[in-house]
Amino acid sequence: MIDPRTSIIAERLKNIRNIVAVSSGKGGVGKSLVASTLAVALADNGYKVGLFDLDFTSPSTHLILGIENAHPREEKGIVPAEVHGIEYMSIIYYSGGSVTPLRGEDVSNALIELLSITRWGELDFLILDMPPGIGDATLDLLRLIKGIQFLIITTSSVLAFETVKNLARLLKSLRISVIGVVENMKMNHSNIVRSETEKLGLELLGEIPYDATIEKAIGDVGRLRRTVFASKVEEIRARIQ
Amino acid sequence: MFVLHEWALAEAVIAAALEVADKESLNRVTEVVLKVGELQGIELEILEFAFSQLKRGKLENAEFKTGMAKAEFQCRVCGHKWVLDKQKLDENVAEAIHFLPEIAHAYLRCPGCESPDFEVVEGRGIWLQTIRGVR
Repeated sequence: MIDPRTSIIAERLKNIRNIVAVSSGKGGVGKSLVASTLAVALADNGYKVGLFDLDFTSPSTHLILGIENAHPREEKGIVPAEVHGIEYMSIIYYSGGSVTPLRGEDVSNALIELLSITRWGELDFLILDMPPGIGDATLDLLRLIKGIQFLIITTSSVLAFETVKNLARLLKSLRISVIGVVENMKMNHSNIVRSETEKLGLELLGEIPYDATIEKAIGDVGRLRRTVFASKVEEIRARIQ
Repeated sequence: MFVLHEWALAEAVIAAALEVADKESLNRVTEVVLKVGELQGIELEILEFAFSQLKRGKLENAEFKTGMAKAEFQCRVCGHKWVLDKQKLDENVAEAIHFLPEIAHAYLRCPGCESPDFEVVEGRGIWLQTIRGVR
């Protein structure tokens, strides 16, 4: 038996110029914050942007962007709701915030289903907020989306960077483009992440200092835009184009 | 009726069937047999209407046959097996599952031990079962 859904995914994504997976080896490094703020920065600069929260078991971009009453439209599939100038897609539309425990096979199925039924508009960028690690979602995207690019987020911790090395090695071996690495929550003047990133043959696109004000900006995009965090993400945005 | 979610799935079926026809060097396809899972609550009438509007090229004269597979679950914790009782599903839950069957894990529980860790053994989505054609 053949699963017909994968045959339509390329067609669904054909009007998107850049698909950027915001990834990390470990959780808790700020992927969702970077992904959400990057999407806002791109939209503020006049780009057509989509944001797809692929962290199905722990979605959080809707909380960061304060998305409460948005709903996708049903029209020959699903048309994402537009929020803050961003075409926004998340499992949250269907789970309504209920706990959604999923095994790998279910994550894979949910990802393929949403990729095959979602009708994105013509986009300059589709930002994917990835679950941590190199599990099912990452492997499926590598299999299903040609031309996908990765933006890797890390902290200064040697533990986080060790997993970045693994992710970078995997992507390099598969000849997948890595836009660069972002060091988040930087709390000292160490250059270790920069030098280690260069050793991997990758570019450190930005260093974001630990921003104690970010917590209070969650759910309020106006306030988020005024944080040091957002100003650093804006610098990164300017570099990735 | 053509604005519904079934349209997107029908497009996927057409694309997949055309791929198979090319791969198997079929000049024209006479029959496409599909298995549609009960869990997703796909309206067969709408699906068939979408096929009639979308079929093209080698599929122009193909007949689309759709069979329904009952939704069956098995708990990974206690091993209990059960079938879907649609009557008990809240309308909003049924709609969420219609779009994304995995959402069942947010709303359904094993009737034996109440675990959300269950497998959809049968009846999840839409499958291309057989394709017949002329070379």
